[in-house]
Amino acid sequence: MKKKNLILAFESSCDETSVAVIEDGQKILSNVIATQINSHKRFGGVVPEVASRHHIEQITICIDEALKEAQIKTEQLTAVAVTYGPGLVGALLVGVAAAKVFAYANDLPLIPVNHMAGHIYAARFVKPIVFPAMALLVSGGHTELVYMPYENEFQIIGETRDDAAGEAYDKIGRVLGISYPAGKQIDELAHQGKDNFHFPRAMIHEDNLDFSFSGLKSAFINTVHHADQIGETLDKADLAASFQQSVIDVIVQKTLTACAKLPVKQLILAGGVAANRGLRETLDKQLAKSQPELDFVKAPLKLCGDNAAMIGAAGYVAMNHHIFADANLNAEPSLEFDWVPDAVK
Amino acid sequence: MKLLALDTSNRPLSAAVLEDDRLLAMTTTNIGRNHSVQLLPVVETLLQQAGVHASDLQRIVVAEGPGSYTGLRIAATTAKTLAYTLNIDLVGISSLTALAANVSDEGRLIVPMFDARRQNVFAGVYRRTKNGLEAVMADRHISIEKLVAQLASQQEPVWFVGQDVAVYAEILHEALGNNFRRVADAQNLPNAFVLGQLGLDAKPVAHPFNFIPKYLRLTQAEVEWKKQHPQEDTKPYVEKI
Ligand SMILES: [Zn+2]
Repeated sequence: MKKKNLILAFESSCDETSVAVIEDGQKILSNVIATQINSHKRFGGVVPEVASRHHIEQITICIDEALKEAQIKTEQLTAVAVTYGPGLVGALLVGVAAAKVFAYANDLPLIPVNHMAGHIYAARFVKPIVFPAMALLVSGGHTELVYMPYENEFQIIGETRDDAAGEAYDKIGRVLGISYPAGKQIDELAHQGKDNFHFPRAMIHEDNLDFSFSGLKSAFINTVHHADQIGETLDKADLAASFQQSVIDVIVQKTLTACAKLPVKQLILAGGVAANRGLRETLDKQLAKSQPELDFVKAPLKLCGDNAAMIGAAGYVAMNHHIFADANLNAEPSLEFDWVPDAVK
Repeated sequence: MKLLALDTSNRPLSAAVLEDDRLLAMTTTNIGRNHSVQLLPVVETLLQQAGVHASDLQRIVVAEGPGSYTGLRIAATTAKTLAYTLNIDLVGISSLTALAANVSDEGRLIVPMFDARRQNVFAGVYRRTKNGLEAVMADRHISIEKLVAQLASQQEPVWFVGQDVAVYAEILHEALGNNFRRVADAQNLPNAFVLGQLGLDAKPVAHPFNFIPKYLRLTQAEVEWKKQHPQEDTKPYVEKI
């Protein structure tokens, strides 16, 4: 019998401390996630120093729970994988320091994982990735189209020029009086309203695959402030629906263009905002209409947010490509995939 | 007992391997390089030089703060993860106590300090007696002004320890006159051999799980939030999902 590949994976790039045990890159034996949302709620957003402090409180507890839940002993492990960027530097450092010394003390190879590759590989728990593939990555920190011509190659072919989509959600959430993180509530509210405000669809007709959400954010804020000044009350559900529709229209349009221009067999939707119901439904509908032969894989709802299972899945692939790190691995807060802006020209 | 001692509380990095109270190998750097990059390679080299395998270690001693928040977390995360996975004792020693312990002359009043910016320091007041170091004033985050006011009443020489003493030398000299004393340069640096000796007989933490650095200071965000919301809280801050 072939020996199982068992990866202990670490994730601590933002406000979730997570450790997972992944078998053969595709089976979750455990995926312990300690979220700090309650703490950062106090401040209306993630405070980096507070996040780092919570990570160090949680890290060994999470390792222990992940191993126990998976019923795996350290001696059975094949390798250790860890997110080393992008993310908050102080937060990343806790996971990196813990993963490095755990690997060292137990004579295990260490695999460095790009957090965004992790998000994409959350889809691996649904089915194998088929290349060439396209990934639409939408989260609080990123909005990008990633082309994957073959395994373990990631090229950014389009990205946001200003705010990430998730960031825009949090900012307009503040205007609507919705507490951080606002994405889920705005999504729900949007389903009860109508797109009556017709906010701008930035860059939708431009001949590139980039996004911009700061103009939409400003239009939204101006509309609300103007109404406030003349003593008018706007329907919150309609506001949410109009905002969300503008975000979705732009994202979906650019994604369809990218998929039509490149020879992709599969489209992967991943990242924190991939949990957005409106986005999932619209992509389903539009793809069925215009590109029905394209295999559309959505990251499972439970794995859209940050978690170590996805890091283990991406780490497994990196390991097969002999990507290992030494004891001097550092956190790289602004780590990015290669940027290939002219991919579709 | 084979012991590993680590201190990355501030700009210097010091790590040592001890066998009981004997030093086997030690490295101290003061180059301001990234501790995240340097620490584990230094530990690997030290253990190799000392002929000790990680699994032979029986105790980890770490400087637990105060100091630079990120620096503290690098040694503390390394120490607690190592202690956890090797299932051995973990000891936290105050970074200021470790610095004060550089001064071995009996009877002296010793003030180790780190700059905390904007005229604030992390400092403690210690006295070296025949029984060892005794804390006269517990480690704290304090304005240099307040610290000076407390020390001005002392009618004896006060020995200041740490590289950051230089930052406040003028103020201290003005306030304390001839009682402002500085130690030799070599004593201003953390010394993991000294740290290891302090940790040899110290009581280990109950479990590495709960070990966190002693920052001695809330974050700015928390201070402001508490001021505005004296009655409220959102605990538990961290939840498993
Ligand atoms: Zn993420």
